[in-house]
Order: sequence, then structure tokens, then C-alpha cells
Amino acid sequence: MKASLLEVPRGFWSLLVGMRVTLGQFFKPVVTVPYPRKTLPIPARYRGHIELTLDPETGRPLCTACKLCERACPSDCILVDGVKREGEKKKSVTEYHLDFTKCSLCGACVEVCPCDAIHFSKNYNLASTSKADYTFDLVERLKAGKKPS
Amino acid sequence: MNFLTTEPVRLLLSLLCIMAFVGLNAAYLVLAERKGAGRFQRRPGPNEAGYGGWLQPVADVVKLLSKQLIVPPGTDATLFRLAPLMVLSPAMMCLAVVPFSETLVARNINVGLLMVFSFGSISVMAIMLSGWASRNKYAIISAARVVSQDVAYEIPMLLVVITLLMMTGTMDLNEIVRQQAGGFWHWNFFKVWANPLMPVTFVIFFTCMLAETNRAPFDMAEAESELVAGAFTEYAGMGFGVFFMAEYANIVLGCSLATVLFFGGWQSPFGLWPGLLWFLLKLYALIFTVIWVRWTFPRTQFYGLLNLSWKILIPISLFTLLLSSAMLKIFHA
Repeated sequence: MKASLLEVPRGFWSLLVGMRVTLGQFFKPVVTVPYPRKTLPIPARYRGHIELTLDPETGRPLCTACKLCERACPSDCILVDGVKREGEKKKSVTEYHLDFTKCSLCGACVEVCPCDAIHFSKNYNLASTSKADYTFDLVERLKAGKKPS
Repeated sequence: MNFLTTEPVRLLLSLLCIMAFVGLNAAYLVLAERKGAGRFQRRPGPNEAGYGGWLQPVADVVKLLSKQLIVPPGTDATLFRLAPLMVLSPAMMCLAVVPFSETLVARNINVGLLMVFSFGSISVMAIMLSGWASRNKYAIISAARVVSQDVAYEIPMLLVVITLLMMTGTMDLNEIVRQQAGGFWHWNFFKVWANPLMPVTFVIFFTCMLAETNRAPFDMAEAESELVAGAFTEYAGMGFGVFFMAEYANIVLGCSLATVLFFGGWQSPFGLWPGLLWFLLKLYALIFTVIWVRWTFPRTQFYGLLNLSWKILIPISLFTLLLSSAMLKIFHA
């Protein structure tokens, strides 16, 4: 009897506590941003689709077309080809195709790469209505100077 | 001035004013609600239409007006069309007796409070009609729930009002306000010497008001997460819009009634400039509380709702009624 009677003021008090919490939130600043006009900084470890890394000394991709990433990829979405150029010890990459429709961003390719030639991009504005927009020619992207952002 | 005070002109003017007041309030309270919801969730709320979202209600109304009013086959077309109007019109009618200031009242009748409650009960039937006329199972389930909810909450609300009436001794809303003159300690909310449970009666009144207007956490009528849109499922365009308007009109009415009965209506808390300003301040403070409550508590389950009414609110309001009458008998007889 006493317990069930006490439950009423206690319950009411808990409602007041809840209302105080929400009122506290009411006066705090807004945390969201109006997206297309303002964006938040992307965290350093964000995983976008992979991108080839440029060798700052030669101005060419670091990739040696060893095809380890192609073999490591669990969803077969990487296709690499390369040639051996005159007077160079290592091969250099000529084709690097990524089928992003199948990629699950597991990062096996980045992990397995012996010369750190690929990294995750921070490209997340990827909405499209055509499938072709999700197959990237990474060598072309690098030549076109797309910022790895 | 003589022309303006003739009876038919006065009637027409007050009708227009009330319709404009209800319409503007409904439109802009939707915006206030969404803005408030945004602030409580720490986002800005609608901010695209116009500067900071101020034209959002205009956009909403234009959208709703341009939509087709669909009457689904198999419905009772007459009742289906009539139901939204029957929800909205009682709320508008009741505003006729609400004293916005000492002179600003459309029709001051000496049984104003009774009129508010008698017309207020029509909207329950109208929601039931809308559910019934829709020929839709969700709508009927929802309508049934609305009826049992509103019946359950009408009782404690009326008990609380009777408690208050015993103190005031009149049903004239303007007279009730006049009795609360002379500072906030004379407001019925603070009249603890007449009945120490006065603040409790206000809480009961407010809770019942939320339930009667089908507001969250008691929004069994709409219940969008389980019953599509409840009794309003089959309504399109402005038919649905009128139900929305009615909800906000009822909130305005309920809050003005709470202001009149408990917070001294147009009386000033310190005896300074009594009038419309104070009434509106109190009214919108209460409406803010309604929005605040909605975005704080999740919806109750149906049995929880009925338990609250029958097991807690009705016994407490009966107790306050007894206490109040006993105190009246002992100290004022």
C-alpha cells in the first residue's frame, strides 16, 4: 500500500527529471550542420574507396603492379596490369581498375601492399544512378590529379 | 465606433478574429513544434523555406491546398467530409468565451466553462466518426481507442474543474479571472490556503488536457508508429490538414483554459499592466510546455494510459475534491 502510494510522487519526480534533461539540451548549441553547404571534417581513418599513391620523387604511382592486392581482394573487385620499363628494376602500373559496387572496404588490399602504394580516399559523395560511375580507373584518376580527399 | 459595436458587426468581427487566430496559431504552432523538436534534439529544425524557415507554414498550406481531396470508395462520403469540420469547429466555438483580456472576449456568457466542456466533448465523437466513416480497420481501432481514452480522461478533468468551481463559485470565465487579481499569489495555482493540493490539481488538469487533445505521450489517435495515421489514415490533403489544425486549436483552447483557471488569465503577476500581453505570455509558456512534454516522453502503452487515469488521476482528483469541499465547509462556511 505504502509502496504503491509512494510510486506516484516518485514517478512524477522522474518525469520532472526527464523534462529537466531535455530542457538542458534545448539551450545547448546545435550540433548538426546543413550538409551540402557545410561539411564536417572527415576523420583521419575514414575508409573511402582506395586510391593510388603518387611517388613524390618520380611523379608516378608507387604501385609496382605486383598484383598482391588483386589476389588479396575477397570480392575480386581489383584488376591490375603493368609493364616492365627499360632501365627500371621494378614493373610500373598501367591499369588499375576498381569495381566499387562489389568492394566492402575491408582494407585487405591496403594491408597487403608491400610498397604502400594504395590508400583509402575520403571521397564519400558518391551518389549516382548509373553503375558505370562506380568503376574507377585509378591510374586515370591519379593522372587527372584528383585530390585524394 | 458605434458601427463597430453593433451586435451583428461585433459577431462577424469576433468570428473572423477567432478564425484568423486559430488558423495562424495552427500554422505557426506546427513550425514552433518542429523548431522545438529540433532544438530538443540539438538540430536547427526546418530552415530552408524563407529566412530561418519562417515561410515553412505557408509552403505547407500551399502544398495541402493543392492536393486532391480523395474520398475512398466504400466510405460514408457525407460523414467522411463532415468529420474534420466537426473536430475543428467545437474548438473554435469554445474560443468565443475565452477572455483574452478584460474586454477582449467574443461572447461573455455566465456559463462559459460549461460551454467549453460541452462543446469540447463533440470532438471525441467527431474523431470516432472519422474513423467509422473511413471504412478502414486501423482507423476504427484508433477511433475506439480515442473514445476510451477521452472518456477516461474527461472524468478527472471534470473533477478537477469542479474542485475549482467550488472555490470560484462561478462559471463565468472573465469573473474567474477577476477573482485572481492582485499578484501571482492570488492565482488559483497558488491558492494553497483554499486547498493545499492546488498545484496537484493543475498537474492533473494539464495531464488530462494533453490526453484530451490527443497529444504525445497520449497520442493514441494518430499513433503513427503502429496505426499508420490512426483515425486519419484515409484523409488526404486539406482533410488531413484540418485535423492537424484542430489538434493545435485544441491545444490553444486547453492552454487558454489552464491560463484562465489556474494562472490568472489576463491578470499581471505583479499588478502591472494587466491585459492581453500577460494572457498571451502565459498561453505560449504553457504551449511551450506542451511541446516540451511531447519531445521528452515516449508514447505510453494503452493499458498504461488507462491505468494512469483510472488508478491514479481519478482517485487523486476525487481526494482533492473532498479536501477542497471539507476546507470550504470548515473555513469559509
